[in-house]
Amino acid sequence: MDLENQKRVKEFAEEYGAENLVVILGAAEGEAAGLAAETVTAGDPTFAGPLTGVQLGLTTYHVCEPEMKEEFDEAVYDEQISMMEMVLDVDDIISEMSAIRDEFCKFL
Amino acid sequence: MNSVIKGASYVLAHTPQMVVYNGTTQTTERIVNPESEYLKELESHLRSYEECVNYWPNQVYIGNATPEDLAGVEFPYYDKVKEGAERYGKYGEIMPEEEFILLVQACDQFEVVKVDKEFVSAHKAAFAADPIITEDIVARVEEGVELSEIEAAVNDEHAEGIYVAGKLVACVKRAHDIDVNLSAHVMHENLMSKASSVLALLYGVKNAGISKDDVEYVIDCAEEACGDMNQRGGGNFAKAAAEIACLNNATGSDSRGFCAGPSHALIEAAALVKSGAYKCVAVTAGGCTAKLGMNGKDHVKKGLPILEDCLAGFCVILSENDGVNPEINLDILGRHTVGTGSAPQNVIGSLVADPLERAGLKITDIDKFSPEMQNPDITKPAGAGDVPLANYKMIAALAVKRGELDRKELASFTTGHGLTGWAPTQGHIPSGVPYIGFAREDILAGKMKNAMIIGKGSLFLGRMTNLFDGVSFVIQANTKAEAEAAAGVSEEEVKGLIAKAMKDFAASLMAE
Repeated sequence: MDLENQKRVKEFAEEYGAENLVVILGAAEGEAAGLAAETVTAGDPTFAGPLTGVQLGLTTYHVCEPEMKEEFDEAVYDEQISMMEMVLDVDDIISEMSAIRDEFCKFL
Repeated sequence: MNSVIKGASYVLAHTPQMVVYNGTTQTTERIVNPESEYLKELESHLRSYEECVNYWPNQVYIGNATPEDLAGVEFPYYDKVKEGAERYGKYGEIMPEEEFILLVQACDQFEVVKVDKEFVSAHKAAFAADPIITEDIVARVEEGVELSEIEAAVNDEHAEGIYVAGKLVACVKRAHDIDVNLSAHVMHENLMSKASSVLALLYGVKNAGISKDDVEYVIDCAEEACGDMNQRGGGNFAKAAAEIACLNNATGSDSRGFCAGPSHALIEAAALVKSGAYKCVAVTAGGCTAKLGMNGKDHVKKGLPILEDCLAGFCVILSENDGVNPEINLDILGRHTVGTGSAPQNVIGSLVADPLERAGLKITDIDKFSPEMQNPDITKPAGAGDVPLANYKMIAALAVKRGELDRKELASFTTGHGLTGWAPTQGHIPSGVPYIGFAREDILAGKMKNAMIIGKGSLFLGRMTNLFDGVSFVIQANTKAEAEAAAGVSEEEVKGLIAKAMKDFAASLMAE
């Protein structure tokens, strides 16, 4: 995950409390989504950014996961996300994201 | 009348040691985690020059194989050897690190590049033997200095070391004592970009079959910035590179737009030629040292070689319509606007569907799309997937949503209208333009009628705006004859008519 984004996530967690923060991802691959999810839960796995060794345990979802989809206005989802939903391997993304959440998320 | 694509060039410089010393993944790691396993293992994952030349995607980049050939190669590519691989290709070459260092020194106008005497004498003959390197460039190579002078500059004066096989052989000195924009680091980065752009320009002119004096304007669209502390990014890479390439009739300027830069620059160049402002424009870009080994950590972790070990450059020459070469159709331009939004659906809509719709065309009317042509061998192990394939799926999905394609045809669209990626991940380099050389040839050969080039850029990286960006254009078979037939009279006929009218006028004056 981009170092600046890590810094912003860390700052938001400090400002609003980790329990009040949800990180929504839009990565194109299950693996990339999993790496970003790991970064905001268990810490930066690449040991490069501000979240290295910081286990925020944040709640995090990919925007194509069903839990997220049902939060959206249907028309907005269709306009903004439905094309990507057709393109992405959503099952793979769900499985990567669920595994990370089950292991590291502190607020579910 | 639309401008035409006279020719294109694609060049690589194999710079494995710059991966170690100048790639930001490695320089960052050295700061935050100097004892890391990655840094210890890195050197043993660097490829030799021969391995780099034998690498399939590199051979496609310089034109010794086609994207269609690459599609037939079993994935992954890093453990395959391209039989008959060569240093020189139809579009350019893969220059070895030693020779590239001499080219960099030849491009230096301010005596900041110092090369070891022995190194110069060991490699100057090979450099001079490169057919594209002209005598005047060879003449710029200095005799060199004692190694001790280079060591002192690196150790005591913050010079940026240049290494070959782990040994210090040259350096780039700072161009100012306190100006950070002229620091050794920035000078190094800019000189590497300039030198690879010079190489691309030399091949661009040669491949277009024109004289160096024909080029009237050069646009550089790389991602570097040159200037001093009072005008960071003042420029002008274009003119600086044109000078070394001896394009004596050219002026030029730099155009920037992150990875979308080349597509912006090509549209600007096509407009300059079509308007008549300049008859012949070269769009060029050199490579980026910072991106060397960008995904190196993932490659090493997965036991792969460091695949991002080359600086890349390209050049496209546009000229007045010659009635033969493929044209850039300025009536079909896609643009991601301020109001477009950043959802992939909106991005692809604005770049692909909207311009085609405005021209009365469907997505399926375009034979081939060339979006970001990153080599999946590099991106997949890093978790970024197959970038071109992801783009083709998005274009196909949009075509389905618009009712222009049946859902069952989604998979076949990606192969029928798509290409397998081969370009090095040098930011602006893979963005649409690597296909222009092949597209030009296939359109000339009548194998296809058109192609869409799509450039996209992540502007938020500069922290000035959160916006995304992109532009697209269509290359099509030459239409000059049709246009003239439709107009009813040819240019020659018009000239004839004007000449006759002038004569008659003169005759009437004489009579009076």
